[in-house]
Amino acid sequence: MGEMRTTIPIGPYHPLLEEPELFRVVVEGEKIVDIDWRTSYNHRGIEKLAESRTYDQTIFLVERICGICSTSHPIAFVNAVEDLANIEIPERAKYIRCIVAELERIHSHLLWFGLAGHYIGYHTVWMWAWRYRELVCNLFEKISGNRQSYAMMQVGGTRQDIKEEDYPDILKAMTELEPKMNMFIGAVLDDPVLLARLKGVGNLSREDAIKRCTVGPVARSAGVDIDTRRDYPYAAYDLVDWKVITQEDGDVLAMAVVRLLEILEAIKIIRQCVEKMPEGPILVEVPEIPPGEGIGVEEAPRGECFHYVRSDGTNRPYRLKVRAPSYVNIPSFRSRFIGERVPDILIILASVDPCYCCTNRMIKINDGTGVRTLTDKDLLTLSWEETERVKKEFKGYSRSRLLE
Amino acid sequence: MAELNPIQRVKEKFPDKIAELWERSPKRIYITVGREDAKDVVRYLFEDLGARFIIMTALDTRQGIEILYHFSFDTLSKIVSIRTLAPMPFPEIETVSLIIPGAEYIEREIHDILGVNFRNHPNLTRFILGDDWPEGVYPYRKEHKGQYPYRTEEEQELFRKEIRSKWEK
Repeated sequence: MGEMRTTIPIGPYHPLLEEPELFRVVVEGEKIVDIDWRTSYNHRGIEKLAESRTYDQTIFLVERICGICSTSHPIAFVNAVEDLANIEIPERAKYIRCIVAELERIHSHLLWFGLAGHYIGYHTVWMWAWRYRELVCNLFEKISGNRQSYAMMQVGGTRQDIKEEDYPDILKAMTELEPKMNMFIGAVLDDPVLLARLKGVGNLSREDAIKRCTVGPVARSAGVDIDTRRDYPYAAYDLVDWKVITQEDGDVLAMAVVRLLEILEAIKIIRQCVEKMPEGPILVEVPEIPPGEGIGVEEAPRGECFHYVRSDGTNRPYRLKVRAPSYVNIPSFRSRFIGERVPDILIILASVDPCYCCTNRMIKINDGTGVRTLTDKDLLTLSWEETERVKKEFKGYSRSRLLE
Repeated sequence: MAELNPIQRVKEKFPDKIAELWERSPKRIYITVGREDAKDVVRYLFEDLGARFIIMTALDTRQGIEILYHFSFDTLSKIVSIRTLAPMPFPEIETVSLIIPGAEYIEREIHDILGVNFRNHPNLTRFILGDDWPEGVYPYRKEHKGQYPYRTEEEQELFRKEIRSKWEK
């Protein structure tokens, strides 16, 4: 028997988790030795519900799966139905889908970036990132009428058009965003404190990334070169010029870098889409959905969204299977947590980007000397103290423009 | 990644095990195999051909619980689905989570919602359903109409006690 083992339950209701989930982290002193995952405290039965909705209604249902990547699931679903019924969508709809998906990627990555800054005690990053996210949200309001849940998708095209008078606004926002993103990237890569805090933390090897079937930025940061946008081109991704971002290290820093560079790529894609956007219809006539099956994939900000639709020839899906990216990314914690320390729990959990918000509680059960309570504030404080400690260590070396 | 077309290689490797091969489109291929052969085909795709495991789908059909293993050949833009059938009333199949660690949770989910028994699974416990959900009620089967199983106040209290004792030890 070495040191006494302690179990820290994170969840089921916890600010770090977009939905109720439970992580039981087993620690020995400061070191993490095991982690277990439990989910579906808030199972909404969307797959079952979809069996009683028509195809057109299901789009709005799957849009409610996630509030942050709310256009990814509809795109994956319409891709699946279009695959099932062999529908070819008009050119203009392709570009519109592309713009909406990329705008969403920018706002989602900025949201993650701000929160990651918050968790390690860089509040300026938090405020700035969210300020620039506002630009994107305002654009969405202009285009679709909503800041979230845009309801733009429809089988056979898009529900709404992007008006020509909105083009200059989109381009203007992109021009405004680009230098800021470059500044962010410079600030992250230059800052010795951030490097010390994030580099080598939560390592995921390439083999583990493949074995655990991870997708999206998590896989790409570990050197697995996959991107649904390139591998299974949907929307207009094969019509514009962009590249897939990969990193080799698989740690938290690599993930941050992948996401930041992806924002730049997204800006590039949106610009080209606006410039190349052809005139024409946005919707084709949709035939009756034949019996059969279809598979749709989409690269959400967090990774590949997968939808499988089985049809029996009625106007409702016989079965809808949804695989959200976090479903395969979260189990990779098993490989990443073991051997890490408690102050790093927050940032590793955050690095997979399971959408974080605020306020809840966390209990630390200390078997032996009674029960202690460790709230989310304590965890945040632990994380911030660690950053402060590193900052002190690096005093005098600091070149960062972001240090407070 | 495979130089040869992976579909060709699967055909050569398992000439008598493939019941049906359907190339719906160049990007979507469905292969039907027997229940006992599914594991071998999955192992071949994942380990030898280097396919990426996407997820499993299970659905309740008239013939039984149909299980699909979705694989992706990312460089070739092909999604290959291995289809097999676990007949009712006691659907059962060999686990693949020992080959693919990423399949552990989806198998637990399918076990919860459709009642498929995965033989030799390392930890086939509740994952999706609540601890107080009754045994033998599978919400994603077609016979289930979506009601939450009714329980009286006393029964509910008993369940809570039992769960609490499980967690506090």
